This record gives sequence, structure tokens and C-alpha cells, in this order.
Amino acid sequence: MTITLEVLRPGPLALVEDLGRAGMAHLGVTRSGAADRRSHTLANRLVANPGDRATIEVMFGGFTARVRGGDVAIAVTGADTDPAVNGVPFGTNSIHYAHDGQVISLGAPHSGLRSYLAVRGGIDVQPVLGSRSYDVMSSIGPLPLQAGDVLPIGDHAEEFPELDQAPVAAISDDIVELSVVPGPRDDWFTDPDVLVRTNWQVTNRSDRVGMRLVGMPLDYRYGDRQLPSEGATRGAIQVPPNGFPVILGPDHPVTGGYPVIGVVVDEDIDRIAQIRPGQTVRLHWSRPRRPFHNSS
Amino acid sequence: MIGRVTDYGDQALLLQFDSTAEVLAWSDVLRGAELPGVVDIVPASKTLLIKLHRPRYQSAARQAVSKLRLAPEALEEATAPSGAQADVVIDVVYEGADLEEVGKLTGLSAKDVVAAHTQTLWRVGFCGFAPGFAYLVGGDERLRVPRRSEPRTKVPAGSVGLAGEFSGVYPRESPGGWQLIGRTDAALWDVDRDEPALLTPGLWVQFREVSS
Repeated sequence: MTITLEVLRPGPLALVEDLGRAGMAHLGVTRSGAADRRSHTLANRLVANPGDRATIEVMFGGFTARVRGGDVAIAVTGADTDPAVNGVPFGTNSIHYAHDGQVISLGAPHSGLRSYLAVRGGIDVQPVLGSRSYDVMSSIGPLPLQAGDVLPIGDHAEEFPELDQAPVAAISDDIVELSVVPGPRDDWFTDPDVLVRTNWQVTNRSDRVGMRLVGMPLDYRYGDRQLPSEGATRGAIQVPPNGFPVILGPDHPVTGGYPVIGVVVDEDIDRIAQIRPGQTVRLHWSRPRRPFHNSS
Repeated sequence: MIGRVTDYGDQALLLQFDSTAEVLAWSDVLRGAELPGVVDIVPASKTLLIKLHRPRYQSAARQAVSKLRLAPEALEEATAPSGAQADVVIDVVYEGADLEEVGKLTGLSAKDVVAAHTQTLWRVGFCGFAPGFAYLVGGDERLRVPRRSEPRTKVPAGSVGLAGEFSGVYPRESPGGWQLIGRTDAALWDVDRDEPALLTPGLWVQFREVSS
């Protein structure tokens, strides 16, 4: 009999995610995948899953599911939601076991936004274009989880879990500092350094497509000039005409038409996934900006 | 050689060009070069974005790119076909909501707009906006029209449109600001197909008028 997870309550948003579909931008398909890749990867490691297995990305907790058809090894990483099995708590970032019929539950996170539930064997839903990730912008992949969904668990690898728990730095509920490589379109702004002088607030109109910030608006140098669309990446900071930056997330459009003032360094990108609406973000140039001339 | 190469964050490079023809020609060169650490190459109208696996590939990729060369004839062949044949033929009913407006903007009759759209081959420059949405270039220059000042909140799937130097077909219902000249039954996007996108960069496309 196949082991399954039956979703009882999905919470605000629970998605199946893996590391996404790389190499499809030429078809207009973005990579997608876990928003906090580091936490997703750690969850897989704790239950000795190969790196390509899918986990459940739970946004703002509130997720419960019943194990059916056997016993499973599980791990929850990312935002600490006091995970429990049949009401008995177990530690975030550690391996734990749940028996046939028991209920896994995630509460509300103390800090941070996204938690990852890995099951040994992986969430074995049908891949779409080579990935089990749901892309919220294009609606490609397994749909957002709903109560009553039954998720098959895959066959697990030979390897046995080696880690009981992993030391992970706590997720900050205070000001988040991110490092940004300047450009490529910093010269489209009258004063691009406004980006690094402003305390930005994260708005609630933020999702896996982009995180919207408000603060002191950035002014375009040339009001009437339009940028032809160009390729974009996760972490790119686009500034639309209203002057408020949007940091692109895993489900960003493949190309974008607003100038990109800077791009968050790879090292800091996973932390963006844990920033809540209302939190303050400070940005810093990771290297000096190239000088530019007013006559360009 | 490539003129402008800019770092895009710490694990991508942005290559800037003067025309979509150059983008097409260089994207062929880059795909052929198989540079180490490349995850994806994203062509757009005047740029190519090279996405890399990790930051450590960035400086090596920058050096490798600077050594690539373009064959002199490659640029011309990119949008001016010498005996190119259509890879895809798309049947279109030319009854688009903006056909009259396009006529006004271009000074052509509706019949001439259709003739201009169908008589030359188009080439897929790049995809974006939505899965399977292809930006077609190299068409009749008389068809260059601005986007609508008010984008539509709903453009039906299969709508054939014009904007700037581009023509394109909406793969599914979505918002959109292109001038609509016709519609097609062709399935532009189907994830259950081996090749989900009907139009991929580099393909030559012929539009053919059919009656409704």
C-alpha cells in the first residue's frame, strides 16, 4: 500500500515545491521552486532525501495532514511553527517520525514566513515540465493544496538519515539587511543611492512573484524613456514608474520592462522568503557603483 | 565581439545589443559555445541574460563571452531569410478588434494590413510575458504601431496582435495592450505536449489568412 499524506487544513497557502524548472526561460517559463531554497534543501537532507525531492512550502503555518498507509520520517525547517505529531511537539530542524493515522501539524510561526515539511521519499505528485513546483504566476505545476488532497509519498533512497538535527540561525523579526549588486540600470535614476539610504517597509502586496517595498520613492532620470523588456532573475530589484522597488521572487516573469536598479546577492536571496509584510528592509551596495554621466 | 557585458547581480551577465537580429545571432553563438555553469539564456528585444549556477562562474563566464565571435553573415541571416522556409504556419481569421485602428495608424487599408502581415516570414525573437508567448520580429516595417494606450483587461486566447516591431499570439486569455488584428485556433501552449510551446526562439513563422 502506498503511503500518503491527506491534507486536513492547508493554512493560508501550502504549495508543493522542489528546486524548480531551470533552463526553460526561452519558452517563457520561469524557474519557480522553493522560495527559501536553503530551508527546503535542509529539510530534504534531514530525512536523507536526494536533492531533487519535493517538500511542502507552508506559508504562515496552519497546516495539518494525516499520515496514511505506513510510518514516515519527517522534518520541518524554515520558520518555527512548533510542529507536532498528534499534538506532541518536536523540534524544527530535526528528524522525527509519524505513524500511520497520526496527524502532523504546524502552528503559527514565531518569526519568519515559510516553513518546509519534508517526508522521507518526497512528495511524489506528477511533475509538470520536469518539476513538481507550483508557479503562482503561470499556474504551472501541482495546484495549491486544499483540504482533502491526498499526496503520494515516493520511494525513499537507500541512505539513512545522518543528522538528527541541524544548527540553524534564528530568523530575524527585526530589520533585515540585504546586500545588492548595483545595476544594470542604476543610471536610469536621478539618485540611485536613495535605495541604500531608505528604510523600506515590506507591503502586504507581496508574494512569490515579487516583494513590494514602500519608502522614499526613486525618481526616473528620464521620464519619457521606455526600457525594452529584458531578462530578469530572482532578487532583481525592479522599479516601476511609481518609484517603489519590487524585489522579484521565484515566480517572477521571465522578462520585465522596468529598470533594474540592483540585484540582491545569491547569499541573501533565501532570507527574502522569510520577510513578513510590515518588516523593515535595509539595502546595501555590495560593491561601489560605477560612476555615470548625466549626458548618457 | 560583444560590446557591452554587464554583471547582473552576482550570478548572471547581461549582454546588450542594438537590434533583435543581433540578439538572435548571438543567442545561437552562445548556445553553441556551451559555456560552463550556464543554467539558462534569456533572449529579449535588445539583450541576452546569461543565468549561472553559482556566483563563482561569473568572472569565468564574462571572460569566455568576451572571446566569442560572430560570423559576419550571421547577423543578416538572423532576420533576412535567404530561402528560409516557414517552420510553422498559423491560420488566422483577420477580424481583430483593432484592425481598423491599425489601418488608421499605418495609413493602410484593412486588406493591405492583412497582406503585409501574411506576405513576409516572421521569426521568433524571444518568449516572455507568459508561457508560450513569442515575440515575432522581422515583419513588414509598415506594421509598426504603438501599444494601445488603455490595455485590455481580457484578451481572448488565440488573439493575434501587433506592438512596436513585434507581432505575437496570446497563448491564453490574459490582460494585454497589443493591437489585435485577428485570431487563430492554433494551440500556442500545451504542457502535455512534448514541445509545450508551438513557437520557440529562432523558428520562422508564416501567417495565412483563412475565412471564419
